[in-house]
Amino acid sequence: MLSIRNLHASVDDKAILNGLSLEVRPGEVHAIMGPNGSGKSTTGHVLSGRPGYEATAGSVEFLGRDLLEMDTEERAREGLFLAFQYPVEIPGVSNMEFLKAALDAQREHRGESPLDAVSFMKKARDICKAVNLDQSFLKRGVNEGFSGGEKKRNEIMQMMLLEPKLAILDETDSGLDIDALQVVAQGVNALRNPERAFIVITHYQRLLDYIVPDYVHVLAGGRIIKSGDKSLALELEEKGYGWLEDEAV
Amino acid sequence: MTQVLQQLTGIRPQSSGWLHSLNEAGAAVVRNAVWPTRKTEQWKYTSLRALEQMDYLGARGQIPDDLTGMAKLCSVDNLDTYKIVFVNGSYCAALSSVESLEANVDLVTFADADTQQIVRIRESLGSVVESDQHLFAAVNNQLLDDGVFLRVGKNVQLKKPVQVVWLTSGSEIPFHIPQRFLMVLEANASASAVEHFISDGESQACFTHGVTEIRLADGARCNHYRLHLEAPGALHVGGVYAALDANSRFDSFHLALGGALKRIDVVVNHNGPGADCVLNGVYLPRENQQVDYHTCIEHRVPHCTTQETFRGIVADSAKAVFNGRIHIHPDAQKTLARLSNKNLLLSDKAEVDTKPELEIYADDVQCAHGATVAKLDANALHYFRTRGVSQREAEVMLSFGFINELIDKLAQPALVHYLRPVLTQWFARDPSLVRHLLDAQEQV
Ligand SMILES: Nc1ncnc2c1ncn2[C@@H]1O[C@H](COP(=O)(O)OP(=O)(O)OP(=O)(O)O)[C@@H](O)[C@H]1O
Ligand SMILES: [Mg+2]
Repeated sequence: MLSIRNLHASVDDKAILNGLSLEVRPGEVHAIMGPNGSGKSTTGHVLSGRPGYEATAGSVEFLGRDLLEMDTEERAREGLFLAFQYPVEIPGVSNMEFLKAALDAQREHRGESPLDAVSFMKKARDICKAVNLDQSFLKRGVNEGFSGGEKKRNEIMQMMLLEPKLAILDETDSGLDIDALQVVAQGVNALRNPERAFIVITHYQRLLDYIVPDYVHVLAGGRIIKSGDKSLALELEEKGYGWLEDEAV
Repeated sequence: MTQVLQQLTGIRPQSSGWLHSLNEAGAAVVRNAVWPTRKTEQWKYTSLRALEQMDYLGARGQIPDDLTGMAKLCSVDNLDTYKIVFVNGSYCAALSSVESLEANVDLVTFADADTQQIVRIRESLGSVVESDQHLFAAVNNQLLDDGVFLRVGKNVQLKKPVQVVWLTSGSEIPFHIPQRFLMVLEANASASAVEHFISDGESQACFTHGVTEIRLADGARCNHYRLHLEAPGALHVGGVYAALDANSRFDSFHLALGGALKRIDVVVNHNGPGADCVLNGVYLPRENQQVDYHTCIEHRVPHCTTQETFRGIVADSAKAVFNGRIHIHPDAQKTLARLSNKNLLLSDKAEVDTKPELEIYADDVQCAHGATVAKLDANALHYFRTRGVSQREAEVMLSFGFINELIDKLAQPALVHYLRPVLTQWFARDPSLVRHLLDAQEQV
């Protein structure tokens, strides 16, 4: 469903991605690990179409279409979801308004009518509960004054509502307490099915005990330098990244 | 001398009764006044041209025969108020309702005041506003023939908010409205008041010169809302002048849609130690409209606080002026004052002139002020779009959020509810872009 081929990308004219290739098929879970600053978040931003992140070479195909040609909102409506490493605060716009606007936009794109208020409310309350956030979070400004962990749960809540085809979770496990980690994992696992794929960016092998990946990749210097199965994560946990970087040179 | 001043000099006092001396005093100030131009510091950014272009002062407005639809315009859903309605500047009994008022409370028009009430009005009327400093307050003094008086006696907590509506309705000939509201809360009294300015149509040719005076005695508490929702052609030059005695609290919210001329002065005097003032405001000019807020907080005594936040969104080729002065006198030790003014410009032709002025003559005070002009946050816009929301809807929702932070805080939920559709209408000429702002409110 997602083919990234030899992707080069720069931010403010600085080259960050240097020939990244990745193939994700429906139903798969890919974990991406790698040192700080290696380009993991950049990959997510380029895929989401963030202004200022420019693909300079290579190609990205998503569900048979050229992803890089699409507007950000169109990518989302086609089923791409990015859970931000640093979710944005939007004071004055309630979580509820935000969720409804997002869901309606996506439903409209699929030719479905907007959910009526009652069904939407029920759905919103259910997912809010599923990620263990109090109902009051629906009324609060989007991420406004949320703790780090609450922001991450809010991202998962959005994912559960929008039911994307491909979800990229950028360090959604960072800063979470043990219970919250379970919540995130349950959220992902509940959505796992043969049609849906996940890219899970993480620094910690621990998350992968709960969300068991089909593949583990190591990103360094803006490209994938090693891929393996879940045992690679264990090996990294033990040995760090040094040996790989040496190997890659 | 300009035409307007000349014309004023020729106008004889309107009222023969007890307001006569105030009319004369106003006329005396006007006689010696200089018409403000762009060279006048207080009027540097706002032109009075719209006022000069038509003969507003030549006539008073009439109450139309047909009042259909007006009752609805004057009411706020789920807000039960003591209501006094003026239509085109004249008191309209048919639309007003002041029933079962508490004991020891006066709520009456000047014209209907009894002997004792007249004594009370005369005690306070003109005691807060310095009409030699504010030309249009003097104009108001000169032309005044009616007004609204609210007095809440010692220790009385007014159950329902007072709502004073100034409704304008289309008229063939231009006219003027002398708007006046005098509110006196005695010691430890409390009351809410809504000053509600609206129009029943798009085209209006009227000029309101207004003065609202608010006196809070020791320990009194007042929630005050001033909503300028009139049509763009309805000119307004007016002000709110408040005097705060010891340990009183004044919570005042202002909202103004734009117009050909809209200038509001808000002056708050901290006269007794321990007084608190929260002053919030939102202004929203668009097309070729303007809005000008001049606020001035006088900290004359120690231990008072001021929290002032004004936000504006300026669209199209509209223009906003915000001038926020906080004056801390030498005796006003332990003052705590904060002033913030944030502006959002939605177009390259939109303009804002913002100037916070802090004048501090006491040394042991905490003060902060800031003024910013910004565009929409690019990260927030992107965040919306990654969820599938279109750029245009995201822009509208974000702009709305920017002012909704202040609206949501209003102590009267019914007003939040009332203002939301008014504001969403302002934001989008395309209703599909605001549907989620309206929807969500129904659900919560
Ligand atoms: N606007 C920018 N200008 C210059 N460099 C940038 C900019 N944005 C990101 N970078 C750089 O790009 C590199 C990759 O950043 P990225 O956020 O993708 O790293 P990461 O792999 O997600 O790291 P972490 O594990 O710390 O989250 C970093 O060196 C970062 O400093
Ligand atoms: Mg990162």
